[in-house]
Parts: sequence; C-alpha cells; structure tokens
Amino acid sequence: MAMLEVENIHVYYGNIHALKGISLTVEEGEIVTLIGANGAGKSTTLFTISGLLKPREGTVRLEGEDLRSYPAHEIVAKGVCQVPEGRRIFTRLTVLENLEMGAFTRTDRAGINRDLERVFKLFPRLEERRNQVGGTLSGGEQQMLAIGRALMARPRLLLLDEPSMGLAPMLVEGIFETIQDINREGTTVLLVEQNAQMALQVAHRGYVLETGQIALSDTAANLRQNEMVQKVYLGIT
Amino acid sequence: METSTRFNWRESVRMGLIAGVIALSLSLIGLVETFGGRDIIGGVVSLGQIFLFGAIMGVGYFSAQRNLNARAGVNLLGGLLIGVLASLPLVVLIFVAEPINLRQFLPNASPALLELITFGQEQVTGALIMVAVCGVLGLIGAGIYLLPSRLRRPLLIGLLLVLLIGLLSEIIILAWGNKGLGLKIRPLIFAAKGLSIRGALLVFLVVAGLNAAWSSQGDRVRQRLDALPSGQQRAFRWSSLILGLVILLFLPMILRTYLTEVIDNVGLYVLMGLGLNIVVGFAGLLDLGYVAFFAIGAYTMGVLTSQGDLGVGGMSFWMALPFAVLASVMAGIILGVPVLRMRGDYLAIVTLGFGEIIRILALSDFLAPVIGGAQGILKIPKARIGGVELVAPEQLYYLILGACLIAAYVSWRLRDSRLGRQWMAMREDEDVAQAMGIDLVQTKLLAFAIGAAFSGMSGAIFASKLSSIFPHSFNLLISINVLSLIILGGIGSLPGVVVGALILVGLPELLREFAEYRLLMYGALLIVMMIVRPEGFWPEATRKRELHGYEELEAKAVPAE
Repeated sequence: MAMLEVENIHVYYGNIHALKGISLTVEEGEIVTLIGANGAGKSTTLFTISGLLKPREGTVRLEGEDLRSYPAHEIVAKGVCQVPEGRRIFTRLTVLENLEMGAFTRTDRAGINRDLERVFKLFPRLEERRNQVGGTLSGGEQQMLAIGRALMARPRLLLLDEPSMGLAPMLVEGIFETIQDINREGTTVLLVEQNAQMALQVAHRGYVLETGQIALSDTAANLRQNEMVQKVYLGIT
Repeated sequence: METSTRFNWRESVRMGLIAGVIALSLSLIGLVETFGGRDIIGGVVSLGQIFLFGAIMGVGYFSAQRNLNARAGVNLLGGLLIGVLASLPLVVLIFVAEPINLRQFLPNASPALLELITFGQEQVTGALIMVAVCGVLGLIGAGIYLLPSRLRRPLLIGLLLVLLIGLLSEIIILAWGNKGLGLKIRPLIFAAKGLSIRGALLVFLVVAGLNAAWSSQGDRVRQRLDALPSGQQRAFRWSSLILGLVILLFLPMILRTYLTEVIDNVGLYVLMGLGLNIVVGFAGLLDLGYVAFFAIGAYTMGVLTSQGDLGVGGMSFWMALPFAVLASVMAGIILGVPVLRMRGDYLAIVTLGFGEIIRILALSDFLAPVIGGAQGILKIPKARIGGVELVAPEQLYYLILGACLIAAYVSWRLRDSRLGRQWMAMREDEDVAQAMGIDLVQTKLLAFAIGAAFSGMSGAIFASKLSSIFPHSFNLLISINVLSLIILGGIGSLPGVVVGALILVGLPELLREFAEYRLLMYGALLIVMMIVRPEGFWPEATRKRELHGYEELEAKAVPAE
C-alpha cells in the first residue's frame, strides 16, 4: 500500500472546477514532484491533501486511512505537513519562536530539542540567526525557516510548495540539496515546482499537471527525456 | 532619507499655513474661547491660548526636525517664517470678523474671541502683536528642537508636566489642597485659577531636573540592576510588584472620593479592555460589537438581582455574578460560531451588527416585559461583603480592583500558555496556523468566550454600581472607546490597557470642560498617536519589534556571523 493515495479528486473554488479528477500516489521514502504551469492545480492539490481544501469528489488516503473527514489540524498530527507557497513564515516572531510554533502539535520536549538541533544542522544560517525576527531574514533564509518549521512537526510526509520561488539560482541548488538530505533521513516528500529542471533532478518520480488534470506520469529520468516535457517545461528544443 | 543641507523653504511655507489654518479653525469652532477662561498659569497662560499657539510652536519644532541638516541660523529663520505665516489666517480673521459680521454663519467668531486674539488691543496693534507673538513662537519651537537632546528632553517633559498640573489644578486642590500639609503647600504653587507663576517655575524646575538626572544617571542605575545576581533581581522585581499592590490598596485613601469615582470608571474600562485585548490583541479578531457582552453581563445581573418589578431571581450580587459571566460567555460563543470563517473587515462588520442587535433588543418593546425596554431595570442592589454594602466609590474600588487583578492575572498566564501561542499564530496567519496543526475553531471560540467573560463581569459590576441600567448606556461608543484604549495603550499589551484606559477614560473625566470637545480630542489624540507612536504607549514586545526594532535586532545579530 502506498503511503499517500489520491484518487480521482475534484476540487472547486466556487463554480470554478480547479481539479478535474486527479489521481496520484506517493510511496514511502520517495520524492515525488508535481510540475506544471501557473494555474494547473499544483497548489490546489497540496491544499487538498493537507485538508485546507476539501474535495467534492474522490478520496485522499494516508496509509489507507481516508483523510477527508479530518480537519486540517488533525491531519498535521497524523504526520502530513505543508510548507506553503511564498514561505509565509511568522514575520514578527523570531527564528526560534517560528520553529517552536512548528512543533505545536508535539509535547515531547526532548524530541523537540533534538529536532531543533537537526534543523540547525541542516540550516546553519538559522542557528546564527535564531533570535532574529523572521521578517528581517533574506528570501532564502525565510525559505529555510519555512522548511525548518515544517520539519519541527516531525512529518512523515512533507508537502513543499514552490520552494524555489523568488530565490537566486545558487540558493535554489542549496535548498534542493537540503531537500534530498531531508529525504535521505527518512521523510517522504511531495514537491510542487515550476522549476521543472531542478525538480526532476532530485525527484524519483513526477507528475505533469495541465489545467486540473494529470497529463503525464513517469519516473523523473523518463520525464526528463520526454519530448513534450523538454519542450514545454525544460525549454529544450 | 534626504541628506541635503538645504533648507526646504517651500515645505516651511506650507507647514506655516497649515499651522495657521489649524489655529484659525480651533478658534472658529469655539475651542479657544471656551478655554480662554481656563488658566493654566494664573493670569498668564490659558488653555485657550495653548490651543491657539500650540500648533504653531509644534510646527516650528517639526520644521527644524525635518531640516536637521540645515544650519541653525537658517532653521531659526524658518521657524520665524512659519510663525509669521501661521499668524496670517488669524490676522485676516481680526480684520474680517467685524465688517462682514462673520457671526451670522460662524457663531463662534464672537467679540470675546476677537478680544482674545487681539490681546485686548485695537485691531491694528492687536494684529501686529499677533504676528510678532506667532513669529517668536515659531522661532522658539524651532529653537527647542535645535537644543542638544539632553537639554531638550527635560525641557519638553517639564513643560508637559506644567501643562498637566495646570490643567488638573482644580482637581488637585479639591483632593489634597484643603487639609493639613496640602493647605500649606497650596499657596506656594497654585494661584486662584491654575498654577501661580512661581508654582509653574517650581514644577518645571523640579520635573526637568529629575528628568535630566535620570537621563544622565538612569543607564548606570539600570546597568547596576542588570549586573545583580538573578536571585536579587527577582527579589527586586517581587518587591516592586508588592509595592505596586500596596499602593493600589491604599489608592482610595490617597485619591479621595471624587478621583476614586473616576478610577472606578477607569477600572471598569480596564476590565473590558483586558477582555477585548484577548480578542483583538492576542487573537487578532477585530470585534466592533464588544459592548454587547458588557450589556449582557449588566442585564443578567439586573434581572437576577433587581428588587423592582422586573427582578426574577432576587439573588445577591455574588450569586448572580457567575450567571452574568456565564451568559456573556454563551453570547460570545453564539457570536463566535457564525463568524468562524470570517476575517478582517467582514468580521468587524458582523460584530458591529451584533452589538447593535443587542442594544436594539434591550430597547425593544418586545423584550420590555422582561428587561424594561427604554425604562431599563431599576433597584439593582449593591454587592455586599460580609455585612458591608459596597456603596461608596472607595468601597466599590476594591471590588473593581479585585476583578481587574483576576482578569490581568488570567490574561498574563494565558498569553504565555499554549493557548496564547495558538492565538498568536492565528493572528499572524490563519492558514499557516492551521497548517501547523492548530485547531482554529477551538482557538477562535476560546478567544471570544474569555473576552466576553471579562466584559460580562465588567457589565455586572457596572449594573450594581449604578443601581439601574438603561439601554442607552450600551451604545456603539463604548465598543469604540474600548478598542481605542487598547490601540492607544499598545495592542496586546497588558500594562498598555491600563495606560490607555487612564488616558482615554480618566483624562476626559478629569477635564470636564472638554466634554463637548471630547470626541475631537479623542480623534486628534489618536491621529497624533498613530503617527508618533504607532505601537502604543506601552507596547508589547513583538509589536515594538515590528515597528521599531528591526535595525536594533539586526545590529545585535551581526556579530553572530
């Protein structure tokens, strides 16, 4: 049984039919990426998995358990944590306070401290700036903080929404390396990206979304070779 | 930032004219004349004159601040120019008022006002004096800014305190001036009206001296305090807390009856402020109908305890109090459920409507058989402790103090609790809070319920304090007052609530003459406040950081690299 099974979900914003029957699976230990143009439904898919949006049809199952009946905050407690697009850290709280907010659902003080150490090892920049206010961090540091904050919830499945957005290419590489590190330490990752190049390099498998539907799904290596993907998403002609 | 050393003349001209228009409009709405008879320093300076000229000095000051790189001489000249320009609208008024009979459409352009702004002289002489006085004031304003800050601060604070004591002279004399030591000090400081010249000088020198001493020595004292071992620091903090409590306990004896009555009213607002602070300050839910819970608390107390026709329970105050609080909590939850999905502006409008619904229900004929409609509820008994009935303001004070202390303690503990962090996360970003695993429904409802509880408690005490309640006591203005006071004090800050209530509720009660201009003062104070100190008088750490602290914190963070 796959860790996450999304089956034929239909999601609406009012009358707008945003997701038209999306199905995807994520196996434990994988990095799976969703690529696609603006408005294809990538973020909507993540929001539906994390429970902030509810599908009108279809199911989302985590290890066989239907997530639709749970409110968003209980889904977090089940080990699914989302890093929202555009970072959205708590700009007025310090780095440390942001990270502790991430561990909100947990009460095991010792475990939280261990994870804090782990986040600081992944992102040494954050440790240097632990008492600085979130809003004063640079874009890259804010992204690190957003990822670190999500890790503090000790998720088994991490949902990342456009971690490369608005970052310089060098920073993007660093972030993606860290995502691989996180994955190697045992966290499953579902990654939404517009930067298909980077996403397909780190992911094991990928899905291509077009206007609310899955257009393609394959291993990342195969997708990189796919003519259509090369033309439309990788800019290779 | 402009770093040019040129003086910006065009801006000065504009500022001067603005100051003139302010002075003119203050005159024409009657403010200057009304307060012309209210002496701050007996026979020398009246409150009216301070209104008239305050803006001019202030603009001179700001002009110097804006052009701080210009040479001092140029800056002083700029202040002079501003003052002269500012006098022009008033000069025009002097010459125009009589021939075209301005009073027909501006009833406040009275002979008394003219006498005041011509300094009792002929038109021409008066106008010249006015130009000269304004010019000098503009010059002084600019001059004050040019002083080195270690002189400027004591000077400004000294002036401010002279103004404050002059304003409050009547009340100060009433409370302390007629007995014992007060009787001896009184002729030393006070004239028949306001401060005497000698008194003003004395107050100024003492305050300015103390302030100068503190700013030169304060840092050293603070450093020495910081250097103390933590045990002694804690002892110091505890002893100052206990000292504060002791002062609070004996406050009615120091303040006497009238001021205690004022403090009682402040206390009721502090209680409401603490509640709304949880809703708005901690949880970030903008509630404009907060008076509803106050009303529900008051009416529950009224119905349950009244000995009149409408009373049903015949309970004592203490028996009815839990019911009053409970009723408010229920109302908080009832309001909370439908607005769970609303944010920001929409939430504000819905809560505004909720407040009005409660007020109109209280006023309605439909509920009149139960809660009296416009006639209200009468004969609400006072609270009793032991055999003593709490009637006098001094006795009620302790009831209100107790309630405030409980509310403050609860707020303080909640702020640092898990629930406090839930509120904080929700205030910052609802979606992310939810994505962090925070239950928004529970978090919001708890904020509404606890906020309503404090307000209901305040309402219940209010009902027993007044012995009768009427729907018009629960209008929108109370919601606005409470919201204003927490903004003024500093949103989310507990001491801020007390400071805000003292300023917004206490001050207008003290300045009874302000009554008809109270809302004007309010508005002006809030505008100035939001420009000068957007974080409030006693801000909470996070907000202070947001508005001012970035530079500091970055400076601190750099060495870590």
